[in-house]
Amino acid sequence: MFDIVSFIPRAVVQGIPLLLGSTGETLTEKSGNLNLGIPGIMYVGGISGVIGSFYYEAGKTAQDMNTALTILIPLGCCLLGSLLMGLLYCFLTVTLRANQNVTGLALTTFGVGFGNFFGGSLIKLSGSSLPSIIMTNTSNVFRRTLPFASKAGVFGKLFLNYGFLAYAAVAIALAAAYVLNHTRTGLHLRAVGESPNTADAAGINVSRYKYAATCIGAMIAGLGGLYYVMDYACGVWTNDAFGDRGWLAIALVIFTIWRPNVGVLASFLFGGLYILHMYIPSGMNLAVKELYKMAPYVVTIIVLVLSSMRNKRENQPPASLGLAYFREER
Amino acid sequence: MDNKIAAVTMRNITKRFGPTLANDKVWLNIYRGEILALLGENGSGKTTLMNMLSGIYFPDEGEIAIDGKPVVIRSPKDAFALGIGMIHQHFKLVDVLTAAENIVLGLPGKLDLKAASKKIKEICDTYGFEVDPDQKIYDMSVSQKQTVEIVKVLYRGADILILDEPTAVLTPQETDKLFAVLRNMRDDGKAIVIITHKMHEVESLSDRVAILRHGQFIGDMPTKSTNAQEMTNMMVGHPVTLNIDRPEPVDPHPRIEVKDLTVRDIEGTVKLDHVSFTANSGEILGIAGISGSGQKELLEAIAGLQPVESGSIEYVDDSGKREQLIGKDPFAIQEMGVALSFVPEDRLGMGLVANMDLGNNMMLRSYRKGRGVFTNRKAPYKLAHQMVDFLEISTPSVETPVRRLSGGNVQKVLVGREIANAPSVLLTAYAVRGLDINSSYLIYDTINSQKMRGVAVIYVGEDLDVLLELSDRILVLCGGRVSGIVPGRSAKKREVGMMMTKLGGEADE
Repeated sequence: MFDIVSFIPRAVVQGIPLLLGSTGETLTEKSGNLNLGIPGIMYVGGISGVIGSFYYEAGKTAQDMNTALTILIPLGCCLLGSLLMGLLYCFLTVTLRANQNVTGLALTTFGVGFGNFFGGSLIKLSGSSLPSIIMTNTSNVFRRTLPFASKAGVFGKLFLNYGFLAYAAVAIALAAAYVLNHTRTGLHLRAVGESPNTADAAGINVSRYKYAATCIGAMIAGLGGLYYVMDYACGVWTNDAFGDRGWLAIALVIFTIWRPNVGVLASFLFGGLYILHMYIPSGMNLAVKELYKMAPYVVTIIVLVLSSMRNKRENQPPASLGLAYFREER
Repeated sequence: MDNKIAAVTMRNITKRFGPTLANDKVWLNIYRGEILALLGENGSGKTTLMNMLSGIYFPDEGEIAIDGKPVVIRSPKDAFALGIGMIHQHFKLVDVLTAAENIVLGLPGKLDLKAASKKIKEICDTYGFEVDPDQKIYDMSVSQKQTVEIVKVLYRGADILILDEPTAVLTPQETDKLFAVLRNMRDDGKAIVIITHKMHEVESLSDRVAILRHGQFIGDMPTKSTNAQEMTNMMVGHPVTLNIDRPEPVDPHPRIEVKDLTVRDIEGTVKLDHVSFTANSGEILGIAGISGSGQKELLEAIAGLQPVESGSIEYVDDSGKREQLIGKDPFAIQEMGVALSFVPEDRLGMGLVANMDLGNNMMLRSYRKGRGVFTNRKAPYKLAHQMVDFLEISTPSVETPVRRLSGGNVQKVLVGREIANAPSVLLTAYAVRGLDINSSYLIYDTINSQKMRGVAVIYVGEDLDVLLELSDRILVLCGGRVSGIVPGRSAKKREVGMMMTKLGGEADE
């Protein structure tokens, strides 16, 4: 029997890292930067948060720890780490006008390596016998749910049963959609991504918008990594455990046709598809499970086909996506 | 005029791009209540000069004064603040945004599209424009886009307007409308600068002309006291004849016969609807029509690049033998002597590879020649040398990437290569798009010499005056259908203009 009440919350917690990653990438892409470094940035965001909380939590009991600091230290470290990655990407692609695909892929490789290196070092430092770092106290703070969650029955299970970062993710996605579509900043950002020389001639500082959107996007994506470790994985960092969620976040951007508000539900759908194989009774045949794991990617391909067939201009990627802007180019 | 204070005074302006001197100590005055035509050949520095006024470039030397006060213009924002607005040759509009969104782009303050729409309506009423603030740019015709551009600068309160080749993409009727609006604005006390190549426009619209040559200021004078011949001589630096030759057709007989040709694009829209005509050898068949009326599809169908839904295209050789072109592959059609030179809006899009040098671009036509797996590299480079000499292409060498050449020279390379193949049918579209007078005449001469060789020339053009002077017959397309075929020697511009906008051309005035 398919247990929908336990399935949905699990789909949601799977979806939150994807939602944060795709919101960040959407903002970035709206500025015309195709940041394929998002998987690496999410990785760096996660490990940076882990480093922060590892040193804060070391040798303390739960009573010694200040709740605000327990949240703020990993949060600050995570934002700083992903900001630096975003800045690096911008410096290479906007200032030096390097190829965006190559830069992005390099950042992903770098980010994963960076995460595994420091992850491995911390595991050594902690002297743990398991190949992972466990920050139970920090995780407990991150996972604190809304007060009535346990008393509100099915409603509580479905809607109130998440850590604060999950609600923040939804709020950030909705705020990003509002900014993009209803403010002057959003209008300017879209213009930069569609036609940078038009924006330039209109007096918009193209580089500044590209830097700002990419760095803010990187920080939002980095939160996805933090949420994964602290909330979803219950504060346990294991090298390579984050898996291919970063790429799924980029697929989600295409799936939502560059709309962060659509991303809220779409990410839960993706999260659901991602864990669908655990809920499908497949008996001993593991091959079937592998087929189900493909679901999110198959759906993305179908959406790509559908959206290019409908050929509506609003549904196309930003026109100058992936191209470096140089004012005096002919 | 001279006792008025100039709205803009540019003194001693110099601008270098690397080693090239784009503007060399240029002096220019622009007055309110006056339309100034800025004339010059391609690469004479007109656009560069105006870009410095609108803040795109910054002058290396010299000063700019607005209403007598010296100013520094560092960015388009500074220019807007001084009331200077420029309408660029390539529209600076974002396709997926609406007219209103484009118009308010870059302005500070809260985003209030309702208030913006109201203000846009007011501007339109004042000067006689029509703009739907909520229409998306990609749904607009070229002339609508231009209107949005003009409203955009007026919205910012510009009273010094610069228009860079505004009529290059308009039909005669649209041009008349634009000129009426410009005159309204002049009478309203605005200063207007228009950059153009077309002499008759200068004569009918402007109050004063200023002429640049090779980046230097040659002179200015009231339009009334000069004429097209004098202005052209000043632009070019030596006397030129302004008449396009039109030799009588040599021994014309049918070469290409098109019957009931129907073409649909990928989305199923009919692009050509039962088009029938005959192109004769030794004759120039001009194709007139608003851009996007099926010109491109017609040429591509003949060249074998466009799938055809129904109809026939027959090639008739000198002995009268007929051959069906539909279904043949483009290479076979090319081998039969059908050459296509299409100059798209961005000039490089079709036919040339921007990053390859002249010689290699020549080779794109001949790479199948040569022994075995090796191509013959010598012949194309020899051809490139000949072309550089004959068409006066200004390039450092034949090893220079085409991308580095100026637009006019790129076109000469493209047209030159097709002609060098000694074709029996020459299909050419927009061959002089954006070219200055001197280069245009060189191209007309080249086309005429092909006609004298007995080549059937199909010439798609956007300048009606030229079509009327060059073609033996003119086929007018309107929305993919043949609106009529008129003899080039007796056709009237107005008549052809009406046929372009309405099948058969009957006016309902």
